[in-house]
Amino acid sequence: MPQLKNRQFLDFEKPIKDLYDQIEQLKLSQEKNKKIDMSSTIEGLEKTIIETKQQLTETLTPWQRVQLSRHPDRPYTLKYIEKMCTNFIELHGDRNVRDDKAMVGGFAQLGDETVMIIGQQKGNNTKTRQMRNFGMANPEGYRKALRLMKLAEKFNKPIITLIDTPGAYPGLEAEERGQGEAIARNIYEMISLKVPVICVIIGEGASGGALGIGVGDKVVMLENTWYTVISPESCSSILWRTWDKKETAAEQLRLTGTDMLQFGLVDDVIPEPMGGAHWDYDGAANILKNYLIPAIQELKQKTPEQRVEERISKFGKMGFWDEA
Amino acid sequence: MKQEEDFDANLAGEDGEAAETKVSWFKRAKRGILTSTKDKKDAPEGLWAKCPNCKYTCTISELQENKFVCPKCEYHHRIGSDEYFDILFDEGKFTELFANIKSKDFLHFVDLKPYDKRLEETYAKTDIHDSITVAHGKVNGEDLVVACMDFEFIGGSLGSVMGEKISRACDYCIGHKVPFMIINKSGGARMMESAFSLMQLAKTSGKLTQLSEAKVPYISLCTDPTFGGTTASFAMLGDVICGEPGALIGFAGPRVIKETIKRDLPEGFQRSEFLLEHGFLDFIINRKELKDKLSNLLVLFRS
Ligand SMILES: [Zn+2]
Repeated sequence: MPQLKNRQFLDFEKPIKDLYDQIEQLKLSQEKNKKIDMSSTIEGLEKTIIETKQQLTETLTPWQRVQLSRHPDRPYTLKYIEKMCTNFIELHGDRNVRDDKAMVGGFAQLGDETVMIIGQQKGNNTKTRQMRNFGMANPEGYRKALRLMKLAEKFNKPIITLIDTPGAYPGLEAEERGQGEAIARNIYEMISLKVPVICVIIGEGASGGALGIGVGDKVVMLENTWYTVISPESCSSILWRTWDKKETAAEQLRLTGTDMLQFGLVDDVIPEPMGGAHWDYDGAANILKNYLIPAIQELKQKTPEQRVEERISKFGKMGFWDEA
Repeated sequence: MKQEEDFDANLAGEDGEAAETKVSWFKRAKRGILTSTKDKKDAPEGLWAKCPNCKYTCTISELQENKFVCPKCEYHHRIGSDEYFDILFDEGKFTELFANIKSKDFLHFVDLKPYDKRLEETYAKTDIHDSITVAHGKVNGEDLVVACMDFEFIGGSLGSVMGEKISRACDYCIGHKVPFMIINKSGGARMMESAFSLMQLAKTSGKLTQLSEAKVPYISLCTDPTFGGTTASFAMLGDVICGEPGALIGFAGPRVIKETIKRDLPEGFQRSEFLLEHGFLDFIINRKELKDKLSNLLVLFRS
């Protein structure tokens, strides 16, 4: 987690920042004048911070959730792997074009279990953001992910995918190398993988770029994430013909975990530490780990055929229509 | 009206050309815009069409005779399911399947217009059942189920109905041991169905794995335009994938790509010929040869 002084705050997090600033001030004056005891005032403020965070969490608009999912201090895939797993061995490359750094993956130990863990990776400074292409994978990223999933299937290891992408990369070379085909292939192959597959939206779940590693026995969302067919900004620009309707688009799209769970499009929503995962990496990773371990055990009770059949029928039920 | 056109063009991620194909030829005829009779599907004499590519002008019936391919420059005019069925099926005879499945505004989605109103208007305007129509007929004597998209129905957008119809078509093909073909013509996902539209990619893929296991051939034809969710699923999953000449096919729309990379796109980018060159199409097929090549292919699969 970044040091307090390096923390970044969203607009609506400003009340929290003010409280932290007040505490800082008090601590400084405390150091200058040891005679006055400020500890009870500080304690009070710390309590107020918790309350403010709690209140904030309860009143978040869909757009604010989108903003939280993109919080610059938010933990990304490799952070979750580091905090949840031991003995992570990253495996690189699609064996064809190159190694896509927007998609990472490898074997790791989760609890007592060897798992294959794969996800989009974002950077946390200008240089690494570029290196990671802002979490937007090219076709070779999806093909690397598929290679690793097939490897896991071969050795009968459960697969966990961590989804965090503003979309598959819309670039010239991406099209030349078949971005559509790569995502289509992944979706097609994932639906009949013989091993347990759990997909977790840990940040942004944008469209085909997310679904390209998002077909599983369980698809779950962290509390402050979103998952839908298009980003609220692009939706605004296409349907409203302006970039200014992103808040409205976020509401209309019903993209939060609560909505998605209600629609039966995801299987669970996993809580985050108070105020969001960016306040407590260990806490966030622990909650997720404590969800994943029993979930894998539960899925292992079923036969591969059962899992595949249930996966196909689960997705098969999705949709709404009138039948005259 | 301009807004609607923008909207459909936007779905396809492209700037122009969409207008001429907004309304299918027969539909225009049916609605009296071209004045014709529905049953005979003969385009009336004396009405003229201009090729958007070479500006060659000919009568509608001449164009129809030529499968809506420009007699001069081979430009493939955009056509709809009615026209494709007429071109493909013997004597134009076929049975439509799952026509009773209609789109529904489950989310009460409102953009500049409520989705249910948009649906109502589109149904009234087009008299087609949805952005996809499924039909079973014979192609030079060979049985085939064809699911064909209509761009005029909200940009051929991929929503729950398309997903459900394709799924049922797969079940039907498995049950009847009949090969399956999808004619793609879509700007992408139907945003008004939000995540439900996205999940159709997984839903249809699940069905296609079952079709594959049953060893039923599946052919994907990509026509202008094939984008977004269709490309990221069934359009790219055919046992055989082919394209019409000059069709724009891609994942991201050209405009989005241009904005991202901040430079002009090369000539021919995302056209069928480009995809063939990069290994994503098995072949390109001129519409005038479509029926015969298709039946030849079906014979090869069968015998
Ligand atoms: Zn022409």
